[in-house]
Amino acid sequence: MQLDIKTPKSGRLLKYSQAQNEAIKQSMSKDESVFVMGEDIVGAAGRSEQGFSDAWGNSARWTQGLYDLFGPERVLDTPISESAFVGAAIGAASVGMRPVVELMFIDFVGVCMDQILNNAAKTRYMLGGQLGVPLTLITRIGAGVGWGAQHSESIYSLLVHIPGIKVVAPSDAYTAKGLLGSAIMDNDPVVICDHKKLLDLESFVPEADYELPIGKARVSRLGSDLTLVGISHMTNICLEAAEILETFGIDVEVIDLLSLSPIDTDSILKSVSKTGRLVVVDEDNPRCGMASDIISSVVEKGFSLLKQSPKMVTAPHTPVPYSASLEDLYVPNPARVVSTIKDMLED
Amino acid sequence: MEHLLDIYRSMFTIRKFEEIASRQIVDERIRGLLHSSEGQEAVAAGVCLALDQNDYLTSTHRGHGHAIGKGVDINLMMAEIFGRVGGANKGKGGSMHIADSKVGMLGANGIVGSSIPLACGAALKAKIMGTNQVAVSFFGDGATNQGVLHESMNLASIWKLPVIFVCENNLYAQSTPSDYSVSIENIADRAKGYSMPGEVVDGMDPLAVFDCAKNAVSRARDGDGPTFIEAKTYRYRGHFLGDNPLRYRSDSEEFDWKKIDPIPKFRVFLLEEGGATKDELDDMELAINENIVRAVEFAKKSPFPSHEELEKDVYDNYPKDQLNRAVSSME
Repeated sequence: MQLDIKTPKSGRLLKYSQAQNEAIKQSMSKDESVFVMGEDIVGAAGRSEQGFSDAWGNSARWTQGLYDLFGPERVLDTPISESAFVGAAIGAASVGMRPVVELMFIDFVGVCMDQILNNAAKTRYMLGGQLGVPLTLITRIGAGVGWGAQHSESIYSLLVHIPGIKVVAPSDAYTAKGLLGSAIMDNDPVVICDHKKLLDLESFVPEADYELPIGKARVSRLGSDLTLVGISHMTNICLEAAEILETFGIDVEVIDLLSLSPIDTDSILKSVSKTGRLVVVDEDNPRCGMASDIISSVVEKGFSLLKQSPKMVTAPHTPVPYSASLEDLYVPNPARVVSTIKDMLED
Repeated sequence: MEHLLDIYRSMFTIRKFEEIASRQIVDERIRGLLHSSEGQEAVAAGVCLALDQNDYLTSTHRGHGHAIGKGVDINLMMAEIFGRVGGANKGKGGSMHIADSKVGMLGANGIVGSSIPLACGAALKAKIMGTNQVAVSFFGDGATNQGVLHESMNLASIWKLPVIFVCENNLYAQSTPSDYSVSIENIADRAKGYSMPGEVVDGMDPLAVFDCAKNAVSRARDGDGPTFIEAKTYRYRGHFLGDNPLRYRSDSEEFDWKKIDPIPKFRVFLLEEGGATKDELDDMELAINENIVRAVEFAKKSPFPSHEELEKDVYDNYPKDQLNRAVSSME
């Protein structure tokens, strides 16, 4: 069932990771070609005779309970061999399966980039459309928790750049469940970027099995002075900034991008046609990134709509630092968003 | 007897296809790379004869033999090399990516080692769904130094996947000799490290290859897991069409390997011990030649892909205006 991208205001509260857990269970129940694999998806694999089962349910807990429900054939712990298991998922997907694979952190994309770039992305095209790759790759992004340079990046722009790959970044439990459901049933490879800071946050989530359209953004707050675009957890930063700006009499519209490839440029242009101003907040590094991509599209297609030069608030062009004092400088925060916007409007 | 003739038909088709396709690339000034497998025919023919049509196969940049062995239509292959829309991949892949999903040929692959885990994935599907299919992954000696092979062997071993790893050791990774780049004399010995049988087979002897592959296939179908086969073989041409191999290997080495060319050798075997007659083989060879000449005609008659094909098949489903943004702003 396809639902609209909105923000449910009532119902049942679920955490982001619980909502994903529900989506995967519903998908596996309705379609036997869906299976899950990754590192520590189950945890203590094969130790059931010792009384261990489901020790981890993966590091983000979205796979908890799957092993007991669906068994070892469809819920597979893998060795730490990203090239082999991502490659195997691509191979299985090309012959009719719908694998859901976890790459523990997006930083690890470096380990298996060949499989993503040369096989997942290109198979359909270079085989003349004979085979598709309905693969779902779940990965984690986000700094701000002190995990250092190799477990904290948000470098989804690397993947957005690749023709043949779709990329989504849910921002709450409702969108996490719906976009996972769509990704699994999508006939193209879809990468889902889950921000660490969202996993335990609750929002209202319908119990039904539902899908949300990939490629559509959501207006999370209506406003008239400026369009603020957020990605993943940065949408929450944008909403916080908008609250603060309201006290200064500045009325900001917040767009929650949700889908990075394809991208809903129309919704951004529609908002900019109303506000005439644009700021993009992105936790990724600035060069060749989502923020510059969005701004270039708006400038190219809607130059006459703009009253002012658009701005971007992003991470710096550096790796993610460890020390809390530096990491807090690295991640865009509401104060930086507020000062950027105030500077623009006082210009 | 029939399978002996099948092996010869397959080897002879591969040889002639490579010869004629190579000539066409030059004569027709086709823009493209071609990696000839001449000399290695016994491996492709022997392994593929041990497979059913619905078994899976992944291949390499040197993949024409594997495709022919698996039953891909040579018309579609030739048209693909010509870059025509009637090609196996609608002209969008080229020699290095020929695939035909109808016969389980999941594709040749241009990245050394990259297709190996894909075969594991196809085998994993067979295992999860209980279809009794097997998957074969062909690769060269060069790929055995890629990490992804070792990861894939480990994965196949712990999950007992119905997959057969076939290393065509033709002694050279591009120009780099395997006795320089591989740390072990018999690559098959590396299989021990992954608890699977590692067989060394004479890659110039199609029957030896066939027997070895047949055992590996039945092991895989019986649920006993993967096998690693190293076929010692030789490519008679350079790494790619235009590469002169005498820049990095001696003509006496080539001569020694040509003395054991599997095709004339097997022809003699068929006549002396296989019950074939000269007329029968002559007719077969003539028919194969004609088929390949017809494949060239087929390719030439097929049109080039229309401009719309540029943006087709990137995704199953994607907003069109986001595929052609650059193109429309150029126009």
